[in-house]
Amino acid sequence: MNDAFDMETLLRSALVPVEPSEALSDRLERGLSELTDAAADELADWELSAMRDPRNWGRPVAAVVVGGAAAGALVLVRARQQHNRRPGSGLPALAHGIRDAASDLRKRVGG
Amino acid sequence: MYEERDKRRLDDEFTELYRTHLRDVYSYSYYRVGNHHDAEDLTEQTFLQAYRHFERAQRESNGRPLRPWLIRIAHNLAANYYRDRSRRPQTSLEDAAVVSAPHSTAELAEGRQELHDVLQGVSKLPEDRREALIMRFALGMDNREIARAIDRSEGATKVLIHRAIKQLEQGLKEPGDE
Repeated sequence: MNDAFDMETLLRSALVPVEPSEALSDRLERGLSELTDAAADELADWELSAMRDPRNWGRPVAAVVVGGAAAGALVLVRARQQHNRRPGSGLPALAHGIRDAASDLRKRVGG
Repeated sequence: MYEERDKRRLDDEFTELYRTHLRDVYSYSYYRVGNHHDAEDLTEQTFLQAYRHFERAQRESNGRPLRPWLIRIAHNLAANYYRDRSRRPQTSLEDAAVVSAPHSTAELAEGRQELHDVLQGVSKLPEDRREALIMRFALGMDNREIARAIDRSEGATKVLIHRAIKQLEQGLKEPGDE
């Protein structure tokens, strides 16, 4: 056995995969699901306001494309969670991310 | 034209990506930041970013696996994490390896110090070498995947890993020189 082989064996033993906690999985799935909802709400709001302006009447196709992707994401993930569970605290990063993503979505739809 | 079946496919694939690689992203994050609290935060941020750009990534991947893209997101976020907070990775990587490795108690006692030394050695490597070793050994990525994640050629990646292992060996043989 050479040194390189020994070191690789040691590295495999030392750098083992680390399992995330159940709490993280739950929190992440809840957050991603909320992101989906937030994106869908943003899209619905935009569609209502935009369609009052005739210049935007040609845009529904784009809205369907982007909104479909946002609203439909994570259907399987969401199936694991309870619908009425809401985060009480401890999700500032996700909340911030959700706002950013919703804003990003609005920009993409609005062009 | 975007159709309902495309949407459903995208949903399924993101869900699959998330479920398949949650442990990869978490492991990478953990070995980068050295503690579970920040690793969780980094993992959350990574999947949020991934969600935002998933459709484009799918389009541009040409069918290649998306794990390198996912790890690259985590890599960029980790870089921001250190820049924003002006801190370095924690060298104390808790006891993930020792706790998770399927060793007997006697083996554990004997090997614990050795594994601890290896982890300490890894944490002292230059960032690119450390990253490459984490991807190779903690995530089981091959040279091609690692090359995509760190934006280097496969050849350069192979050399990088070889040098990282050599440096680690050298450091462990001569701990007083560090």
